[in-house]
Amino acid sequence: MADVSQASMTPRETPLVVRAPPAGLEREPLVAGGHGIGWLSDTIAGVAEGAMPPWWKYCFAISVTMMTVCFLCILYLMSTGVGVWGVTHPEMWGFAIVNFVWWIGIGHAGTLISAILFLLRQKWRTSINRAAEAMTIFAVMCAGIFPLIHIGRIWYGWWLFPIPNSNGIWPQFRSPLMWDVFAVSTYFTVSVLFWYMGTIPDLAVMRDRAKTKARKFGYGLFALGWTGSNRHWSNYEKAYLILAGLSTVLVLSVHSIVSLDFSVSQLPGWHTTIFPPYFVAGAVYSGFGMVLTLLVPLRRLLKLEEIITVRHVELMCKVLLLTGSIVAYAYLMEFFIAWYGGSPYERFVFLQSRLADPYFIAPLYGIQPAPYWWAEWMMILCNVLVPQLFWFKKVRTNMILVFVLAIMVNIGMWFERFVIVVVSLHRDFLPSNWGYYSPTWVDILQFLGTFGLFFTMFLLFLRYVPLIAIAEVKGVTPQADPHHPLGGAKTGGRHP
Amino acid sequence: MSARPYAIMAEFENPAAILRAADKVRREGFRNWDVFTPFPIHGMDGAMGIKNSKVGWFSFIGGVTGYATGMLMIWFMNAVDYPIVIGGKPMFSPFYSFPPSYELTILFGAFGALLGMLFLNRLPRLHHPLLKNRRFALASHDRFYIVIETDDPKYSEPATRVMLETLGSKHIELVEE
Repeated sequence: MADVSQASMTPRETPLVVRAPPAGLEREPLVAGGHGIGWLSDTIAGVAEGAMPPWWKYCFAISVTMMTVCFLCILYLMSTGVGVWGVTHPEMWGFAIVNFVWWIGIGHAGTLISAILFLLRQKWRTSINRAAEAMTIFAVMCAGIFPLIHIGRIWYGWWLFPIPNSNGIWPQFRSPLMWDVFAVSTYFTVSVLFWYMGTIPDLAVMRDRAKTKARKFGYGLFALGWTGSNRHWSNYEKAYLILAGLSTVLVLSVHSIVSLDFSVSQLPGWHTTIFPPYFVAGAVYSGFGMVLTLLVPLRRLLKLEEIITVRHVELMCKVLLLTGSIVAYAYLMEFFIAWYGGSPYERFVFLQSRLADPYFIAPLYGIQPAPYWWAEWMMILCNVLVPQLFWFKKVRTNMILVFVLAIMVNIGMWFERFVIVVVSLHRDFLPSNWGYYSPTWVDILQFLGTFGLFFTMFLLFLRYVPLIAIAEVKGVTPQADPHHPLGGAKTGGRHP
Repeated sequence: MSARPYAIMAEFENPAAILRAADKVRREGFRNWDVFTPFPIHGMDGAMGIKNSKVGWFSFIGGVTGYATGMLMIWFMNAVDYPIVIGGKPMFSPFYSFPPSYELTILFGAFGALLGMLFLNRLPRLHHPLLKNRRFALASHDRFYIVIETDDPKYSEPATRVMLETLGSKHIELVEE
């Protein structure tokens, strides 16, 4: 539209007649039930307005208890030293780094849904992006705990940041660990900004619906005086697009940089160039596993089946299938390169340390079974075989099965990190360096405790913030389309 | 009513109606007016004659600042103020300083986008005449409003009201300051 002043919105002389597609080809609507846009506000905001159901209270009590256990473990660690963990020579990176990489990977689905699917114009993302972004933030919080406490002397944690100190020394940026500090802290900050900006219009919805003075004030404060002005929406949508673009390049860089922590070192099993793309695919895979783990029960418990429809769950399962297949390809490539590359150390790590089980591979080749053979096979089961089940529509539409498989995806990805960190470290170049790592009770409780932190935050989020982006879901309904009959158009085409 | 009202507000039922109405209001030559909707309506910027948003510039300047900050910071810390030889690597190289600078580009660019958006929208704003109006609370629910301010040069109570009525508004009211 070059000349705006000449443009006219008067109906055409001859109305366009676009026939509906055949019944079998019509897409399911993103919001089922054919409700109006006001219903969306009532349903979604209603979750955060009423009293929370009993299950919420039980879950909250359990989560807070687990979170307390986590903090008590950290207190014990701080007061005693890292000896309370199972880390010892040669395993100086134990559970802490496994958990860090696992949690940070989980966060990636939120940013993928909110940013990359936005750029790809995947409208179905609107039903799940808010909860997924919240999940990202809380997962990165859980992840952030571990690198901080694994440095041993936590009170020196601030040396990681470029803050002037009395010793006159500065951080060493030739180490990928410093890159990691910047990647993770930027990731957290930008995720919070993006999430908050997306929430502003919905906080205005909450403010306008609020009955009590306290709620009016609280939501009003965070809604920043949002009115829904189209002049504001215009800037807002541009800012959202830019943030989506920035988050896309950010999310691809974060797990790449995390993987550089490993691949820049010389250790066989870590020193590979495939790590950055392989880590990113794995991160998205595990993140979608966590999104499904959270949303499949929630849509049922909070009666949101018409907004988070079976189609949404199916589409997420397809993303799991895709990223799971990329992960499987990366595993295959690692083994291939270990064989083809000809380094005896690398070949040892992949064929003997990882694969050699006492039942199949080891007897076949007459080699010693490896102590951690079960970790690799667990990872292959959960990350290579499980996602292939999502080829079947019967699996993708069975909610109980999807929930169970999504949990297996999470377990599988945890084992992947365990394999990379622990199994690579336990047998390096010199047999005199070899050792065996097992976690202590502090390691295990601390890991379980981060689930307490994660779920406490997530349950509070459900309690106070609309868990689905109300304005965005409204925008993708046919009622919101000025060129659709349901949006009031008298003439014109149909939009799915 | 002794005080001059802030604006006249017309309610519309659906996006197609408000899109047509906004197009008409623009062609009538009004200046101080706006459309309020629960979600951004596709094509509304064109109907209102709004130009491309300037948020991109804020983000761009943020990004450039971030990248320069990263590079200069690392150069100063590792090559000037505290040079130390590590594995024979150069004291400063744009390659190893790239990842942190890249992250700072994104960080500052994101702040630029958010703060730029808020600045261009003159937000946060603690008070607005429309937010006092009870009916206007529906603007975040399922109604669509055109608000023409009374200080618009083309505004005249009866004529503007008639125009909004002919455009199909079922509910028109004056909003107090």
